[in-house]
Amino acid sequence: MSNILSVQNLSKTYKSGNRELTVLDDVNFTIKEGDTFSIVGPSGSGKTTLLGLCAGLDRASSGSVVLNNIVLDKLTEDERAYVRNQYVGFIFQNFQLIPTLTALENVMVPLELRGERNVKKQSLQLLERVGLGDRHHHYPAQLSGGEQQRVSLARAFSNNPKILFADEPTGNLDEETSEKVEKLIFDLNRESGTTLVLVTHDLELAERTNRIIRLRGGKVVSDEPVQV
Amino acid sequence: MRSKFSIFDRWLWQMAWRDSRKTRGRLILFTSSIILGIAALVAINSFRQNLNRDINRQAKEILGADLVLSNTRPVDDSVQLFLDSIGGTVVHERSFASMVFFPKTSETRLVQVRALGGDFPFYGNLETTPENASRHFRENRNALVDNGLLLQFDSKPGDSIKVGNQTFYIEASLEKAPGQNGIAAIAAAPVYIPLRYLESTGLEQKGSRIRYRYYLKLADDTDVEALAEEVKPRLRKDGWQVSTVESTKRGLGNAFENLTKFLNLVAFVALLLGCVGVASAVHIYVKEKLGTVAILRCLGLKGAQAFIIYLIQIVVMGFLGSLIGSLIGTLVQTALPEVLKDFLPIEITFGISWIAILEGIGTGLFISILFALSPLLTIRKVSPLYTLRASFEKHEAKRDLLRWFIYLLIVLFIYGFSYLQMGKWLDALFFCLALGISFLLLLGVGRLIMWLVRKYFPVSWNFVWRQSLANLYRPHNQTLILIVSVGLGTALITTLYFVQSLLLQQVSLSSVGNQPNMVVFDIQSAQKDEIGNLTKTFGLPVIQEVPVVTMRLMEINGKAREEIEKDSTNQTPRWAFNREYRVTYREQLIDSEKSIEGEWKGKVEEGVEVVPISLDEGYAEGMKVEIGDTLTFNVQGAIIKTKVGHLRDIEWNRVQTNFLVLFPTGVLESAPQFHVLMTRVSDPTASAKFQRTLVQSFPNVSIIDLGLILSTIDEILDKVSFVIRFMALFSIVTGFFVLFSSVVLSKFQRIQESVLLRTIGANRKHIVFITSLEYFFLGSLGAATGIILSLLSSWALAYFSFESTFVPNPLPMVVVYVVITTLTVLIGVLNSREVLNKPPLEVLRKEV
Repeated sequence: MSNILSVQNLSKTYKSGNRELTVLDDVNFTIKEGDTFSIVGPSGSGKTTLLGLCAGLDRASSGSVVLNNIVLDKLTEDERAYVRNQYVGFIFQNFQLIPTLTALENVMVPLELRGERNVKKQSLQLLERVGLGDRHHHYPAQLSGGEQQRVSLARAFSNNPKILFADEPTGNLDEETSEKVEKLIFDLNRESGTTLVLVTHDLELAERTNRIIRLRGGKVVSDEPVQV
Repeated sequence: MRSKFSIFDRWLWQMAWRDSRKTRGRLILFTSSIILGIAALVAINSFRQNLNRDINRQAKEILGADLVLSNTRPVDDSVQLFLDSIGGTVVHERSFASMVFFPKTSETRLVQVRALGGDFPFYGNLETTPENASRHFRENRNALVDNGLLLQFDSKPGDSIKVGNQTFYIEASLEKAPGQNGIAAIAAAPVYIPLRYLESTGLEQKGSRIRYRYYLKLADDTDVEALAEEVKPRLRKDGWQVSTVESTKRGLGNAFENLTKFLNLVAFVALLLGCVGVASAVHIYVKEKLGTVAILRCLGLKGAQAFIIYLIQIVVMGFLGSLIGSLIGTLVQTALPEVLKDFLPIEITFGISWIAILEGIGTGLFISILFALSPLLTIRKVSPLYTLRASFEKHEAKRDLLRWFIYLLIVLFIYGFSYLQMGKWLDALFFCLALGISFLLLLGVGRLIMWLVRKYFPVSWNFVWRQSLANLYRPHNQTLILIVSVGLGTALITTLYFVQSLLLQQVSLSSVGNQPNMVVFDIQSAQKDEIGNLTKTFGLPVIQEVPVVTMRLMEINGKAREEIEKDSTNQTPRWAFNREYRVTYREQLIDSEKSIEGEWKGKVEEGVEVVPISLDEGYAEGMKVEIGDTLTFNVQGAIIKTKVGHLRDIEWNRVQTNFLVLFPTGVLESAPQFHVLMTRVSDPTASAKFQRTLVQSFPNVSIIDLGLILSTIDEILDKVSFVIRFMALFSIVTGFFVLFSSVVLSKFQRIQESVLLRTIGANRKHIVFITSLEYFFLGSLGAATGIILSLLSSWALAYFSFESTFVPNPLPMVVVYVVITTLTVLIGVLNSREVLNKPPLEVLRKEV
């Protein structure tokens, strides 16, 4: 199987006043298509920064990110937006639904952005798949946290992404709801053959993926397959 | 992927619509700021269109005749020949300023006496009560007296009025004469008498300043304009003014063009204030939308697409706001004829001006976009990373060239609009500079306050005070926008008030000290000594006694008017030849005059060929003449050649006779002339007694006392300031809207904080107090800065325009300060009532 994501010598430095703060330092790894993968580490270890760089949400200070054979470093922000729309799905800890759009409209947006027409039916099916077919006309504020994350899941899979980035997807949910959402993530991932990159500090969740990278102080301290 | 997109992309419109769902109320607030500015512009422009249409319709009634000739001397043989040759009907009128006496109250007043020799006007009417009196009052010794005069002297038709030596029966009250407006009636109240009784008044004497008018009604098939063009050159040479219906239309059109341009400028200030509101509201709106934009960017939306989505919202709201503004403006224009009635010589009819409405919508749309663009540009640069961490958001505004280009466009737009209204690039530049300085000063004060509060924060004060003070500089503060909007509104209102007071004060100041406060003029040479003696017998001083000779300018440096007008490089203004010069002669300069250039030769030998004269410096500058240039005057038939030998600086704002042109003695002594005497009367009773005696003994003399000047100016200023206040109302209410929308929008910034405070135990009193204090600081700082700005602008106007000293009255400043501050606090507190009265969770759920 070919690599869907390749990270080489990736570093990220921020300037804070006169000081330079290195958040990521010489990170290297590759992920194969269809793989599931976790990035774990304590708060401030650089997990979210790494996810942002891998997904093309930010530019690295040095090193490179190749996603689906596209070198992201040289792309403009709009070109990276195109890559995200075509190949990437997102799930965020705080759901990040657009508050003025209904659940259905939130799911439709990635498809509409592609210029596709008649996307309502397809989006409704996805909402039904996550168990919210009857709540499609509700606004995010009218949904519970778990429901919002399920809409977010439906949205993430709506454009048939090649890779799904999930940032602490259950971080804001209770245990019971978390389990339901986790199950949905892995089920949908399996059904659609998507690569999954999970950022979490929940080791139990991380162990459900095939491979775990541990970060500490911006450096990779271990990169191991999960023992089943 | 939507690789090609434009503002017409259906999906972008769909997204704009969806995204606006929960924020439409707030979007309406953006446009509420421009509604009144647009309304004012549309009202004025619609009014202008109606006015022009009505001037065209009613021009004949305004002139009252087909052709009018006027001069300060009667017709000579050649003009009489012309009048006889063209046929039609001629009505002769002689008018002059004179004192009249009201026997009923034993009071006197300077009026404009118009002795009418025929059935005038030919078109329209002299409106009287009772009606139609104008058609038969000349049959006997009757007078038509201005309505305002009758009211002032408690007289009515049936009473009598004495003009010179003759007493007239008041036949009717004169409501309106052709072409006359309310202001003209105040400045020179008209009294019509039959021409055949003029001689018996004894007021027509050698040297009297009489204007002769000949009203002509010509045969229907006469081409009046062609006739006027043909005879103008010849008649003008002899000082005749020729008016036709077309020239009246042009004259009135120009006059009202200036008036409407001035009103437009006042409306423009309201609009600019609204623009500040639009910019600030969009700024806050965009801040709130950053999260949504970042999500959309994550999902693949391009920066430009995101920008277009919000631009569409602004375009739609700007259009709606402009449409509402235009509708309100169309309704408001019905009030303008009433507001401006004292300035209008005609009846204005209502009509919808589609051009004005289209202009209003276009302007509103344009400025909504222009002023929203700068904050909207932020959207293009929103990073998708914002979804992960808000603190990752980068601010690239400072490096954004496009933003600076928009600032440049805004400056160019303001300058261009001002230039269109003012017509002079330098004036427009000063207007823009004043606006710019005001804006920067207010911004500076806002920033300074934020810096000072942060730097010297009173950590020992109690929580409520600290909380409200901290709100002035913390993120999402409203300090800058509220100080700018409240400050600009306050500055505008207060400056208008100060300028009016300044104008009145300038006249009132003349009454202090030993300066003259009464002017007696039209004194014949033979009466000069007698009147001087009479003045002294009343115990009054003769402060000044000067002869006045009237003349016209014929040539400059040997070139006549026609020759100068043909020369395209010539810069001599038209008025140089049009005006009648009132000139005096004396040996010495007086207190109010200062030598600037050349030498004053106060006496010349009789028969000198070229007379050395002195000119007012400003007048010489306007005329483009210098020392050594020659001016040839026609002194009632006698040609006198002069040379500019001396320039003077004159203090014009004194109550005394000042002259643009001063002759030495030895030249004009035998020319037809009248004399002016200036005295000082201590109290109104002595003044009335002196005037009565003077008018009864010397009916031909006219008197102006300072009380009359003051009350006349006051009355005129009152009417002018009413119009300005009416227009300022748009700015004030717009200021209120901007204030309201800023405060309402700030509620969304503050709501989570207030709810949190409520959640952790703050009671209603705490929230009210924190909110009141915050808005008190903002309102009070904005109002105070606005007042300081108005003091600066009023001082600048006083110093540069009126050459006077500005002494501000503290009372109105206190009133404005208290009202504006209270209003700000009230709006702020009223806006927080939802946080106060509802459970925190309900508020949070609703506002998310």
